[in-house]
Order: sequence, then structure tokens, then C-alpha cells
Amino acid sequence: MFLRMIKGTLFRQWKKMLMIAFTIALGASLATAMLSVMLDVGDKVNQELKTYGANITVVPKEASVLNNLYDVEGEESSGAYLDENELGKIKTIFWAFNIDDYAPFINVKAQLSDGSDITVVGSWFNHHMELPTGEQLDAGITSMRSWWEIEDGNWLDEQSHEDADICMVGTVLAKKLGLKSGDSVTVKGSSSEKNLKVVGVFNAGGDEDEQIFAPLNTAQALADLDGCVDSIEVSALTTPDNELAEKAAKDPKSLTVSQYETWYCTAYVSSICYQIQEVITDSVASPVRQVANSEGAILEKTQLLMVLITILSLIGASLGICNLVTASVMERSSEIGLMKAIGAQNGSVSGLVLTEIFITALVGGVAGFFAGCGFAQIIGHTVFSSAINIRPMIIPIVAVLVVLVTLIGSIPAIRMLLRLSPAEVLHGR
Amino acid sequence: MALLELKNIYKIYGELHALDNVSLKVEKGEWVSIMGPSGSGKSTMMNIIGCMDKPTKGEVLLDGVDISKENAKNLTAIRRDKIGLIFQQFHLVNYLTAVENVMLAQYYHSMPDEKEAMEALERVGLADRAKHLPSQLSGGEQQRVCVARALINYPEIILADEPTGNLDEANEAVVVDLFHKLHNEGTTLIVVTHDPEVAEVAQRTLVLRSGRLAKEVVNENFTGQIHFNE
Repeated sequence: MFLRMIKGTLFRQWKKMLMIAFTIALGASLATAMLSVMLDVGDKVNQELKTYGANITVVPKEASVLNNLYDVEGEESSGAYLDENELGKIKTIFWAFNIDDYAPFINVKAQLSDGSDITVVGSWFNHHMELPTGEQLDAGITSMRSWWEIEDGNWLDEQSHEDADICMVGTVLAKKLGLKSGDSVTVKGSSSEKNLKVVGVFNAGGDEDEQIFAPLNTAQALADLDGCVDSIEVSALTTPDNELAEKAAKDPKSLTVSQYETWYCTAYVSSICYQIQEVITDSVASPVRQVANSEGAILEKTQLLMVLITILSLIGASLGICNLVTASVMERSSEIGLMKAIGAQNGSVSGLVLTEIFITALVGGVAGFFAGCGFAQIIGHTVFSSAINIRPMIIPIVAVLVVLVTLIGSIPAIRMLLRLSPAEVLHGR
Repeated sequence: MALLELKNIYKIYGELHALDNVSLKVEKGEWVSIMGPSGSGKSTMMNIIGCMDKPTKGEVLLDGVDISKENAKNLTAIRRDKIGLIFQQFHLVNYLTAVENVMLAQYYHSMPDEKEAMEALERVGLADRAKHLPSQLSGGEQQRVCVARALINYPEIILADEPTGNLDEANEAVVVDLFHKLHNEGTTLIVVTHDPEVAEVAQRTLVLRSGRLAKEVVNENFTGQIHFNE
């Protein structure tokens, strides 16, 4: 009987039920889209910001002390070095999968054939690594300096020019020396002299434009600094800092055990720095604050906007449901009055009306979820030029939100229904 | 002991006394009509007898139990178990068939039983229209479905509010005939009507004026003889 009544109502009032389902679908679709984008936007924004460079730098402890004392971050070597052999360990930390890319640097003072001083920067370009975990990685400045404009030639390809003496030259220096790709330049370091073939001329828009960039081992050989690294730049996917992260950044020892575990197991930039320091001997890893702060601020604001849109859409849906359900109950007041007159208790009638609404909400919610997945993809492709990952956790969240919105929207109608007196509606007292 | 007894009933809305010190008794198996002009308090009395409203003052004894102080939940249960309601506007659920409308009363009472509902429709001569929707039935047929719905749970009292008010003479006769049958089977009938012909068929007619019981006409042996008690 109950099912016959539900079926009868749903079919008889299909236009109204369709409107309710549509309202719920609208709210659910916006909630799905916003929540999906919100949960995925961290990675998306991080990836966007990664194109603007590293967000962590690692230097020898001694160099860090000098930098802190004199507040300088120059090219001058402090005489302390990191061990090149430990570089692979960076991909073994707890948050290894969040390490997007990294590159070591060594600055070597050298002289050109005309006697003028020059800085040769040794680094990885597209250095191939086989990690202890079995993972393979191509790391280096080719991807970390993606904004460099190659004015002549190509990016230096380490993998196809192994052991060859090649380099890239900054545009200012290239103009000064009249160099172009295919030319050679002779540089003399403290221990050896090399004739480097220019494979590309780049425009970085900074001091690099007056430097020569060569593979790490080439630069090391110039100064007999095999296995030595001045600094490492790391590009990592991070979570925006909060109070816990700020407290930990000052002193991890000030944290309680549970706080420490939470912090260590969250991809805060400070915890990733801490974990890098654990694997690189005598190192100090510190966030590049400008980038880290930008990430945090952009993420927080974007997520806040998404939350606000979600809340507003759900309030709108709730108000819509409220109007439609109340109108439906008003239209059916004589039917509801009759049910009460022939013995239906308030619970039975409320149960009937709520079941109808929840069946409608289920249809609207499912339709809204799939529509929301579509909206999320449109947002993803329009804003981030990539797909948005719809996480399974969205389903229960949206389900709970739909139930809440439907319940809240139904409250006025149910209250009206409970107050409805059969004498009033049947006899018009 | 009377099946239904109203003792000094008042129903007051602000300054208006819809019922003003009304007392009456209805015996088990009796057929009583309540008459009166518009605004005399007929519907108010029906709502109170039908447990859809409570008096401002006074006692309503049903089977010797005072139901005037019961809460809404208990009144619903009493209405469900002891009273069958028939309305002028029929009040059938328009998306349920005739038999489903009868089963609706069973559903809220105990358990829907289609066979029993069909028997009730057979009693009112509508077995062949059982699967029709209210919109496919005439006014007289709809009222007969309403009668079948009222009697399906074997109530102690059938309370009819202007049951022939929307019917033509032929259908009026059919419905009154049904009441005769129910009365002969021992059902207690209280019929609120403004139609003297329908009222006169009852064993007793109570006339309300301005919320007061103005007169009581006893139709002894259904002969039509009228006796004024006042």
C-alpha cells in the first residue's frame, strides 16, 4: 500500500517532483564540482607554481650559518659542500612522491681565454637516475627552469652527450663573446682547462645570462671538486602551512608526539625540509618563502572561494526545496487531512512525504553528481588545462550534503504537515 | 450505557460559542440525524464526536470513556479504531483506485486486505468499478466508495457529514438505502444533514440552532411521527 501511494504521488506530481529533483541536482552538481576541484586544486596550483621554480633549497650547514650571519646568498663558495652521492636519497624520504624535481648546483670560478673572470655553474639538465626504490627519474634544470628562453640551439641533453664537454651560455655573455650554438669556448678553472662546445644560448632574465651552465661533472672537474655540490634546489608538492607547521618550522622538538606525527606525515614544506635534512649529511634545507607563501595564499583563497560557492549553492537548493515541498504539501492538504482523519498518525504521514522527497532527492543527487563530475572536468580543462581527479570520498560527502539539504529544506513543510488539522482541511472550520 | 454521550459540551472561539452547553446520548445501533442551519454548530459537533477536535468544556464519553482530554495521538487512534467517516466532498485519494481507497483505511488501521476491500465494495454495489480511479466514477459511486471505506474496519459509529449533499435524488436514495442496510446490521449511524428527507429517515433527529440543541424529534418505528421533547 505504501509503495502504491509513493508511486501514485510520484507519478501524479511528476512535474513538481521533477522540479525538486532538478533543484537538488543543481545543488549536488555544484557541490560535486566545487569539492572535486577544491580537493584537486592543491596539486593543480602546486604544479602551476612549480613552473616558476623550486620551493626548497638545500645548502651545507656551514654555508647556511654564514648566510644567516651576514644575510647574504651569493655565488661565493663557503668551502663547505654537500655530497653528490647522497642526492638520490632525496627520493627516499617519507614524502618522496611529492618531490617533483631537483637539481644540484656548483659554482666554479674560471677564466676565459682573454683572462676575464667567469662563473661556470655545474648542474643537472636532464640527469637520469635509477633510484634504490627501483624508480627511474630524469631530474634537472631543463624542467626546473622551464621559463628560460632558448634563443639559439637547444637545451643541453646530458643523456645523448654523456662525457662530452658541452655547455649552455647566457645571452649577455654570448653577445659579449659573439658565441652561438656550435661554437666553442675555453674556460680555465683552478685545476684544469676545458674547451666547451656551446649547444644553446638562453635568456633567463637574470644573473644567469652572464654565466656558463655546464653538466655538474664538467664544472666539478674544472676545480677538482669531484662529488661536491654547493646547493640543491628541490621542487616539491606541499600542503599550505598552518599553525602546527609554523610551530614545527621554528622547532620540531617543541611538538608533542602526536603533533610531531601529524606534522611529519603531512606534506608541509617544513616537514619535507626536515626529512631532506635527515638524509643529506650536514645540510640545511629551507623553503623558498616567496614561492611557499604564494602557494599557501593562493590555495587558501581558492579553497575558501570553493567552500563559499558550495555553501551558497546548497543554501539556494535548500530554499528551493523548501518552497517546492511546502507548495506540494499545501496542494495535498486535503489528502493529508483525510489520511489523518482515517487514522494515520503524524509519523506515518511525515514518513510518506519524506520518502517521496528522498526518492526524488536520490534521483536528483545521482544526476547532480554526474553533472558535477562533468562541470569539474570543464573547470579543470578551462582553468588548469588538465582533468580533475574525482576522488571516491566525494560520493559520501555529497550524499550527506544532499540528505542534509533535503532534510533542512523539508522542515517547514513537515512542520506544516504536523500542525495540519483534519477538521480544518476536511470541513473548512 | 449509551455508546456516545456528550455532557454539557461547550466549544468557544473567542466571543463565539459554536456549541453552547450541548448534551446528548446515542445508543448502540441507533440512527441519529443532526440538522440545523448554516453556522448552527453541526460541523463543530461532528468534529468533536469524530475526535477531530476537542471541546472547550464538557465531557465526551465514548463507550463510557471520557475522550475529551485525550491528546491528538490518542484521538487519532480512537478515530481509527471506532469511527467511520463519510464526507460531503467524498475526499477520495485521486491517484488510488476505488479498492485502494478502501484499503487505505485498512492500511492505517491494521493490514490492507484486497479481498476484504472488494467485499466491502460489493456491499455497496461497486465490485465492478473497483479498479477505477475516482475521476472515472460518478458522484454517487464516489460516495459509495466512501461508505465502503468507512465501514471496512467495522467501526462502532459511522459519522456522515452531509453524505447526500452533492448527490442527485437517485444517488441520494442509493446512499440512504445503504444506511438502512448498515442500520439493520446493527451499525450506529450519526448523519449530519440539512436535507429533511434524509433526516426524517433516522430514528431520531436533533436540531441545532446557534450552538444549542433546539429540539429533538423522535421518529418512532420509522413512521414519520414527530414528537417535540421541549
